[in-house]
Amino acid sequence: MADFSLWDILRNLLLALRWTVVLSLIAFIGGGIVGALLLFLRLRGGKAIGRAVGLYVQLFQGTPLLMQLFLAYFGIALFGVDVSAWTAASVALTLYTSAFLTEIWRGCVASIPKGQWEASGSLALSFGEQLRHVILPQAVKIAIAPTVGFLVQVIKGTALASVIGFVELTKAGSMISNATFKPFVVFSCVALLYFVLCFPVSLYAKNLERKSHGRRA
Amino acid sequence: MNIEFDFGAVLSEWPLLLRGVAWTIGLTAVGTVLGMIVGTFCAWARADGPKWLRAIVGTYVELIRNTPFIVQLFFIFFGLPAAGVKLTPEVASVIAMVLNLGAYSTEIIRAGIEATPKGQIEAAVSLALSKSQVFLRVVLPPALKKVWPAMVSQIVIVMLGSAVCGQISTEELSYAANLIQSRNFRLRGLHRRHADLPGAVGGAAAAARLGGAEVLLRALSEHGHFHDHG
Repeated sequence: MADFSLWDILRNLLLALRWTVVLSLIAFIGGGIVGALLLFLRLRGGKAIGRAVGLYVQLFQGTPLLMQLFLAYFGIALFGVDVSAWTAASVALTLYTSAFLTEIWRGCVASIPKGQWEASGSLALSFGEQLRHVILPQAVKIAIAPTVGFLVQVIKGTALASVIGFVELTKAGSMISNATFKPFVVFSCVALLYFVLCFPVSLYAKNLERKSHGRRA
Repeated sequence: MNIEFDFGAVLSEWPLLLRGVAWTIGLTAVGTVLGMIVGTFCAWARADGPKWLRAIVGTYVELIRNTPFIVQLFFIFFGLPAAGVKLTPEVASVIAMVLNLGAYSTEIIRAGIEATPKGQIEAAVSLALSKSQVFLRVVLPPALKKVWPAMVSQIVIVMLGSAVCGQISTEELSYAANLIQSRNFRLRGLHRRHADLPGAVGGAAAAARLGGAEVLLRALSEHGHFHDHG
């Protein structure tokens, strides 16, 4: 058996890091799109739709992501569709992200004073125009900081995809530690890589938050 | 295609699921109590402690907050034995949960501490209270009260996160679900039409956990309300 040096471990982990990044991006972008659609539905639709979206949010926020991944992986297969770990992880993380993002964004839209809606409505703007020209430009400013902050949650969430056999950073770490019998070194490296990935995002989010607070104060 | 959900096979294993629920609640309870003690200490250290301690606590908090819980758990359970510390799955789970909640609650409690009006501290000092008395009796109680709602959401997040502890064979709810699944497993290829258990088990476990988290949340926030008005 070939000997693994520290560099070999790190190199293989770095290769696996790609998939963590890709999965995070899929979940974040997909979740953003679905979340925006849900937000639109919630703002536009009646009470029933609003409640349905609320239930959707509750469902994903109130169950462990691990269970959602299991359900996506084993549950979809139930209907005779063969799902790869890739598909299951992407679907589960996208839905999970969409539930959180739509809730965050709803809060941001709700924080826009009602007078803004009324004023733009009285200028005969349609619902779409109201959103596009009046509400969203203000809401987006408030939304950026918590959204970036949530990206850290998504990146950390992708670690759970390892349990359904998706080979990203954590899974690669387990495999390498099984092959090398150096779990201490390997998992230290894994943790370090996650930290390197997440910490700048956290700092950036904190910075944005400070800025937006300063602006409003 | 004909699919039937057969929850019967799952429900007949209810003692196992119940024990899983007990483990989940127990882990969360122990993790919460110890985690909040760690968090309170670290929050104090970050607000009032010496500079070197502040740096250490800051590093600890950022390290935990920027790495996934599952990696922390694996590091403690698989990594530490290599360094000579052998832990049972349960102990490793508790340590991981305490460290995790400790880091998050540090930030939460610190926010509460920082919101203490200066006059309160000055008043307490002028009454000749010692430094520790000021912290424990004047600063901390209202700070904890203020941040209680944020704390409760974090506790629920930790409870949901404890699902991961099943991965190192702590017998909590997810582990019980997986165990039942593998005992009764009907291979997908052989029984494609038949009820596939993993989905059913997962659904049941998720529902149970959702209910559990909700009840806990409600109980805790009612408790918090009681304190607020009391």
